[in-house]
Amino acid sequence: MSSAGTTAGAGNPVIKNCAQCLVHVPDLVPYGSKPWREILKDPSTGPRLMEALRSFSQAVAYPPNQTFIGNVTPDQLAGIARPWYSRDDKQHGEASRTGPFGEIVSQDLFFAMLKAANVLTPPLVEFVPEHRAALKARLAEHPVLSSFADFSFVPEPTIEAEIADGSALALRSGGTLLGGVRRDNRAEGREDENLDAHTLLETLCVKASGAVALQWLLHREAIDAGDIDFVISCGEEAAGDRYQRGAGGMAKSIAQMCGCVSASGMDVKNFCAGPASALITAGALVKSGLYRRVAVVAGGSLAKLGMKYQAFLEHGMPVLDDCLGAMAFLITPDDGVSPILHLEPGTVGVASVGASTSDEAVYRELILEPLNVLGLGMTEVDKFAPELHNPEIMEHSGSGDVVHKNYRLIAAIAVLAEQITKAEMPAFIEKIGMTGFAPTQGHIPSAIPYMGHAMQAMRGGTLRRAMFLCKASLFLNRVTELYDGVSFLLEANPQANR
Amino acid sequence: MMLSGKKVAVFGERDDVTGLAVRKCVEAAGGEVVYEATSCFV
Repeated sequence: MSSAGTTAGAGNPVIKNCAQCLVHVPDLVPYGSKPWREILKDPSTGPRLMEALRSFSQAVAYPPNQTFIGNVTPDQLAGIARPWYSRDDKQHGEASRTGPFGEIVSQDLFFAMLKAANVLTPPLVEFVPEHRAALKARLAEHPVLSSFADFSFVPEPTIEAEIADGSALALRSGGTLLGGVRRDNRAEGREDENLDAHTLLETLCVKASGAVALQWLLHREAIDAGDIDFVISCGEEAAGDRYQRGAGGMAKSIAQMCGCVSASGMDVKNFCAGPASALITAGALVKSGLYRRVAVVAGGSLAKLGMKYQAFLEHGMPVLDDCLGAMAFLITPDDGVSPILHLEPGTVGVASVGASTSDEAVYRELILEPLNVLGLGMTEVDKFAPELHNPEIMEHSGSGDVVHKNYRLIAAIAVLAEQITKAEMPAFIEKIGMTGFAPTQGHIPSAIPYMGHAMQAMRGGTLRRAMFLCKASLFLNRVTELYDGVSFLLEANPQANR
Repeated sequence: MMLSGKKVAVFGERDDVTGLAVRKCVEAAGGEVVYEATSCFV
């Protein structure tokens, strides 16, 4: 822990609580963008993919997943021998599906959440009659999510016929058909490719997983949903019909589902840096006095399920990108306990348009300039959280350890700024770094999954400052060549341990 | 100029060396970039 004096400025907001959840959905992996395209080209891919999917107990026992929900710290994960995917309950005792930050949700429970997320008549999600009661009961019995089990069923479902004619997607568990997701078959939706079953499943997955995270946040904070003033959603979906694809509305959709009746909301989009941009925006809204309790929520990405499946099949591994990620955070005025989000002028790192053509310029703006405003050097930051992708996924797919690549850049900036020597880079990375543990879920792995661990360590007095660094591939929109970067500094509350 | 008269295809990666950074190097060396792509593998 750094011995430097406090830098926490008065009036800054705090991150009061968080929820970090995963949703294990192996039977939705074929609907991820990459598997979906490859199965269409070669239908024999489907059975090979399905044979390589993990069971729920395997996904729960997987050490990076345990790290995401807080049962294992990133430092502890680094000490667990790889391959992590070969670790199971039989060898290491039963892993828990719940952790300090949230839960790993099972597929059948999530299918019930998808049903609960539906608001249309006729419904977008329908179950076959023989599985309706059991799926609803799973949700009704859940200690945190039971309030969502208030949906009804149509008397004569037609979903099996719609799956057979290709207008609906099957929801299966193994080989068993549980139900399906249909397109919008009403007059206005019938001819709109943005409202087909695949796109609407993607959107419903964001809403339902976001609701899981927000409900866990409310539960952890023991706060009434009606006490939330404003909700910001920061997923990567593009909800909307042909005239306004991607126009938003997810925040209030999730807020409504969770009963946040007093809240308004909006969506913040910034590719993978969406959650960081949303947290900064939420903090600014609180610091301005406009709102007192702002929830930031990020649902998971269906499109990125199975993104690296080809590498896993090639290496004889299970498909490891089989989980949706979901996170939620509560931002409030300073409570004297929770970690401070620095929002003094100049302390938020941005990649300005003019700087965005050079890594060095971007990292100077992201790291050095905000720290300089706060009077801090890089060695006075205890941890840097960059992209936190699970290296076991990235290395096998040929991308290398993305986390370590980012730490090399961070350390190189420290050298260029003459804050460490080149020879000190490995020791610096060892001190400020961590092992990645987040699934390939776009906006989910970008730094923010360290939040739960940072908050816990700050409250425990073992961590003082953490800098969160997020990147965003803006160029993927095909109308700019820029990428973006966003950073902010989190600091232990100086009043907490007095 | 090391790449004068050369046509160059550029492949970059966001979390490593971006296509944009490579293009600037190629152009500084006198090359002509005829194709450029930056991949995001995450």
